[in-house]
Amino acid sequence: MLSKRVIPCLDVRNGRLTKGIKFEGNVDIGDPVETARKYYEEGADEIVFYDITASHEARGIFLDVVEKVASQIFIPFSVGGGINTIDDMRDVLVAGAEKVSVNSGAVKNPDIISEGAARFGSQCIVLGMDVKRVEKSETIPSGFEIVIHGGRKYMGMDAIEWAKTGEALGAGEICLNSIDADGTKEGYDLELTRLVAESVTIPVIASGGAGTPQHMVDAVTKGRATAALIASIVHYGEYTITDLKKTMAEAGVQTRSVW
Amino acid sequence: MLAIFDYKAGNQTSVHRALEHLGIPNEITNDPDKLNNAQGIIFPGVGAAGQAMDELHSAGLDDVIKGLIWQKKPVLGICVGCQILLDYSEENDTKALKVIPGECRLFNPSWTDHENVPIRVPHMGWNQVELKSECELFAGIDPDADFYFVHSYYPAPSDEFIIGTTHYGIDFCSVHGRTGLWAVQFHPEKSGRPGLKLLKNFYAYCQEAADAE
Repeated sequence: MLSKRVIPCLDVRNGRLTKGIKFEGNVDIGDPVETARKYYEEGADEIVFYDITASHEARGIFLDVVEKVASQIFIPFSVGGGINTIDDMRDVLVAGAEKVSVNSGAVKNPDIISEGAARFGSQCIVLGMDVKRVEKSETIPSGFEIVIHGGRKYMGMDAIEWAKTGEALGAGEICLNSIDADGTKEGYDLELTRLVAESVTIPVIASGGAGTPQHMVDAVTKGRATAALIASIVHYGEYTITDLKKTMAEAGVQTRSVW
Repeated sequence: MLAIFDYKAGNQTSVHRALEHLGIPNEITNDPDKLNNAQGIIFPGVGAAGQAMDELHSAGLDDVIKGLIWQKKPVLGICVGCQILLDYSEENDTKALKVIPGECRLFNPSWTDHENVPIRVPHMGWNQVELKSECELFAGIDPDADFYFVHSYYPAPSDEFIIGTTHYGIDFCSVHGRTGLWAVQFHPEKSGRPGLKLLKNFYAYCQEAADAE
């Protein structure tokens, strides 16, 4: 039986691990390679790295982090942030990532999804979506709008429609981030998660808002997600990944138990 | 020494890193002499079957890998490298290597899981392998161990080549082949300790096979 995945997310800026709340006020919280290895040892099922560095020069530092991670941890990891071209995709895959996540790059140029899928296979193309709650309107019938640039730019695109488009173009998975919930530790946006999960047949990772193990259980049961992305909940040592998986298993969620 | 078969379509660097971590001598190569001199060959793969076969064919490497298999060189196919050992793949309507009889089919999203919810495609994540026959690759691996899968198409070889199955909507064949020619649908290089153990077991087999010659 397929296990539900627990996926720590590491935001990397200039080669260092960082974390913000609602995409702002980022602080340095450690070395990404050491942290990734710790999560691997604790039983993380996958790891996500986001390059939140803006500058082109720092790209090399980030790819170096990816390579170091790849030589030390032997579970899949995906890489996102600043992926705008097929060459960007190839760079991170060659550096050792299993999957590549496109977000703003796909909003601006949806063809990158189909081109990436044709070149590398659908299963390694993750569509990252940053979503904000807005008033329902003709343009945004679901009341969930796609935003880019770290949540600052509203795109006038309905999140549900974009999820379906991404799937049709060949994305193999969706990583669905609620910016309203991001960093709050008040729980995932379950309404959004379920809406998207029921609109597509590809796997959906719930992201943004995990504060307790019960939130993660809710994401994969009520929210119908196949994986729960976490950050603050483990980055500050509040829980270990082993604790989280144990609690999820006790709640009846199938999790990977041997590692 | 293990050779990682280089045909520019694979997860070859991930496999290389896992072998380095295990201290197993290895080289990524498509040089026929080096392949021939290796104790065993890992045939990696990630991506699309059609693309993989195009790469192999245009470089003339399809005959190279087939020749090595006929010579009984130990081979471990991974993911797409597992799928294209079969006759055919529905993915891109691809004629494959025809080393093991069978074909590769697309998961049907109308199949349901144990909670009666439709399965999602691709099959992505950690799942278990139920062995149908004894297999050296799994020696010392906990039967409850999960392995990492990521694929939309699954191998369906002739029954006599099925070694292990995995449940996802249906029981599909996740390990096929025969002694010395194994193919696994999951990614051992990305499956934590159980996956690393499987790679070690493959190397141990290759060393014994080379010593016996």
